[in-house]
Amino acid sequence: MADWEVVIGLEIHAQLATKSKIFSGSATAYGAPPNTQASLVDLAYPGVLPVLNAEAVRMAVKFGLSIGAEVARHSVFARKNYFYPDLPKGYQISQYELPVVKKGKLKVMLDDGAVKIIGVTRAHLEEDAGKSLHEGLANATGIDLNRAGTPLLEIVSEPDMRGAKEAVAYMKKIHTLVRYLEICDGNMQEGSFRCDANVSVRPRGRDKFGTRAEIKNLNSFRFVEKAINYEVARQIELLESGGTVVQETRLYDSDKDETRSMRSKEEANDYRYFPDPDLLPLEIDEGFVATVRSTLPELPDEKAARFAQELGLSAYDAGVLSASRELGAYFEAVVAELGATNAKLAANWVMGELSSALNRDNVEITQSRVSPAALRGLLARIVDATISGKIAKDVFEEMWSQGEAVDDIIEAKGLKQITDSGAIEGVIDAVIAANPKQVADYRSGKDKLFGFFVGQVMKATGGKANPTQLNDLLKAKLSS
Amino acid sequence: MLHTLSIGELGRSLSSGEISSVELTRLFLARIERLNPALNALITLTAEQALLAAAAADRRRAAGEKGPLLGIPLIHKDIFCTDGVRTSCGSRMLDNFVAPYDATVVARLKAAGTVMLGKANMDEFAMGSSNETSFYGPVKNPWDTSKVPGGSSGGSAAAAAARLAAFTTGTDTGGSIRQPAALTGVTGVKPTYGRVSRYGMIAFASSLDQAGVFARSAADAAIVLQAMAGFDPRDSTSIDAPVPDYPAALREPLKGLKIGLLREFFDGLEARNASLIGDALKIYRGLGAETVEVSLPHLPLSVPTYYVVAPAECSSNLSRFDGVRFGYRCENPTDLLDLYKRSRGEGFGAEVKRRIMTGTYVLSAGYFDAYYLKAQKVRRLITDDFRAAFEQVDLLIGPTTPTPAFAIGAKIDDPVTMYLNDIYTIGANLAGLPGLSLPCGFIEGLPMGLQLIGPHFSEAKLLNAAHLFQQATDWHSRSPRGYE
Repeated sequence: MADWEVVIGLEIHAQLATKSKIFSGSATAYGAPPNTQASLVDLAYPGVLPVLNAEAVRMAVKFGLSIGAEVARHSVFARKNYFYPDLPKGYQISQYELPVVKKGKLKVMLDDGAVKIIGVTRAHLEEDAGKSLHEGLANATGIDLNRAGTPLLEIVSEPDMRGAKEAVAYMKKIHTLVRYLEICDGNMQEGSFRCDANVSVRPRGRDKFGTRAEIKNLNSFRFVEKAINYEVARQIELLESGGTVVQETRLYDSDKDETRSMRSKEEANDYRYFPDPDLLPLEIDEGFVATVRSTLPELPDEKAARFAQELGLSAYDAGVLSASRELGAYFEAVVAELGATNAKLAANWVMGELSSALNRDNVEITQSRVSPAALRGLLARIVDATISGKIAKDVFEEMWSQGEAVDDIIEAKGLKQITDSGAIEGVIDAVIAANPKQVADYRSGKDKLFGFFVGQVMKATGGKANPTQLNDLLKAKLSS
Repeated sequence: MLHTLSIGELGRSLSSGEISSVELTRLFLARIERLNPALNALITLTAEQALLAAAAADRRRAAGEKGPLLGIPLIHKDIFCTDGVRTSCGSRMLDNFVAPYDATVVARLKAAGTVMLGKANMDEFAMGSSNETSFYGPVKNPWDTSKVPGGSSGGSAAAAAARLAAFTTGTDTGGSIRQPAALTGVTGVKPTYGRVSRYGMIAFASSLDQAGVFARSAADAAIVLQAMAGFDPRDSTSIDAPVPDYPAALREPLKGLKIGLLREFFDGLEARNASLIGDALKIYRGLGAETVEVSLPHLPLSVPTYYVVAPAECSSNLSRFDGVRFGYRCENPTDLLDLYKRSRGEGFGAEVKRRIMTGTYVLSAGYFDAYYLKAQKVRRLITDDFRAAFEQVDLLIGPTTPTPAFAIGAKIDDPVTMYLNDIYTIGANLAGLPGLSLPCGFIEGLPMGLQLIGPHFSEAKLLNAAHLFQQATDWHSRSPRGYE
């Protein structure tokens, strides 16, 4: 059996978060009743003309700058011609030979912590089509043109990914980026962020790419991974049994977890691209680019580097905490007064207790029931040794479910840590007195029994004894 | 004889109270009723709305409003969308289409107070040079009803010549205003590409289409163009540049004007046509202009270039006519493909289909470079030729058409011969230049046109040159017999 190498390139469609459509003044809001957000321009009435939405251009430029790409000073809108009922003009306005964003690249962190650079070939502006609706209509197809003309940024990668996980990591990174830039809401269920995957395999070591299949319209990270894995297995099996892969477009069926052929290259449309004579070439000057550049936020990689450098976080922690602008902001608000020395503690809590509570209850971080200030208050009580880390977890649960302030919970439940050496010593003496056999065994070399004594003291104090003090005092007493 | 008055004279009669817009409108409606059956110049008559609009104009005037077009009746080419009125574009495809909005040209002229009498017949989707491709039948030339009026704005030209309105609007993609203006003996202006908004004008070839006017004189055309021209934010190709005062520029002396004679236009020009142009040049020299021979070496490539670019754009522009949202839909489609095939197959006429097929072919993979791209390169060379010529001269003069109006049916089965009728007009469209045709004499009783072409945005100069010619001649004030 040959050793196969997987080659993947992604075409990501990010719906730009403009208020109005790319070539008309209609609203882009999701979920309106069918055809209530379709103007004469969207309906392609005779005589209407497109007018480019400058906001969409600004967003595309923002993206280009964020991946270090050259922003084209001159780009051209072209018509992609094909007939379909949800494509009212009979052509889609897109960019073909001259896109607005040229080559760029993206750093992607893989599961093993390794960093890989993925090339972005180009990103171009285009309009979305409408939707065909079949449900609830007998012998008819409904057309909803609310989505027709919604601005899309199509981000095309180089065939740089070598497995489904890499592809997902890349897609997640783009997802993070577009939300950082506030150019796309990233809502995959509503189709605001979706991708087509070009997948091929080749014997490892060979330069030439294998024949690729394009899997259309994947709208979740999980589906991307599963569809690619299915497709890779299908292609390898096909090749190993003496068959050949044909260039075609395939659809992923998530119910059956399989891809199936939609149309082959021979059946593919000849789109007859040509420059749209209704739109002048898009000319972007240095001043516009500079203005957009000045609006760029701190980007995920920059934030991660800062977390690592200024707060001493590991690359992994820094990466996780900068994965979304909101998470980063939450974390920074927690760290703010605790100081860099406690950054690791804050990171552990945000990535640990907080994240699991958010996930468990399916709550967005911006809606967290424990505010950054409240979490900061809790951690401050760990830092000042009022409570132990273990007790703090119980307090956190209480804060999450009851919404009470940290000090009130500690007070009400009497959870304040015992830091009075005399008090702890008293308990230790009682435990030693009650367990003479274990004391003798310990003293004769059974070191492991130390934990037993810690447990007994904690049990007696309701877990409130300061662990450091307890350790020190217990050691002294047992060895005396 | 109110219908023989100029727009300026009509305006004076209206403002003096001598006549009302309602009376004027009734007069033109009566002429349409009497004369149009022989001409077939109109597709839709909007008599009721016209009388309401005229009454409204009279009220505006009574309220103190002035304006050279207030209360003046016009006819729009049926390519312009008119709110609430059928806009057919001369096609079965849009026979049932009532536009839900006004084209910018229509809105501007409406705001100026004009009164729309109806919609003019035209070649289907503006594709034709004889008005014989219309779904509504050919338009007859008022000078000889066995002859074509030219096209595609044949109805507008015939209506202007027959004085069925004070003026008419048209569009010019390859000569569709200038050629019919020449063949019907009226003044036709095709402005610079981008001077007049294309919004609401049903697209044939977007990079070539331009709206303009048919009038009885350059002076009238100046008044109308003044109201039509200007930037429109809804048309990305319209140009945001100030509009000069066209009527004010009409009388500027032509002394020292340098007129270029295009060698390519005069090579092989029919003797009687050449002699009319020669007479016109004498008048211009008498007005103080100099004439210089210039050459545009790539101009002879205009026709083949045009017949790649225009069909390419039209093949895409006409894709929206698919039977789904508006316009003609075939009966009982069996499936989507059947809906498309029969709606388009039955809705479009032969010439439109020919151009859609040609255009689809030249844009297809494997042919794109050889046809579309090559044509764009030649287009650039032609544009450069004009630019170089305008470094030497102020404007170019030549014939508008090779021959006078030809017989209905004579060329319709021979597309290439038909296409060659636009040989002198297409260049200006490819280069986006303004052009004007004005009457300069007759051959065998049929009017002939003199064409002026100027640099971008030189409409004022073209109108000025045409006006002074018309002050020195009376070709433009001749009327066909029976329409005086």
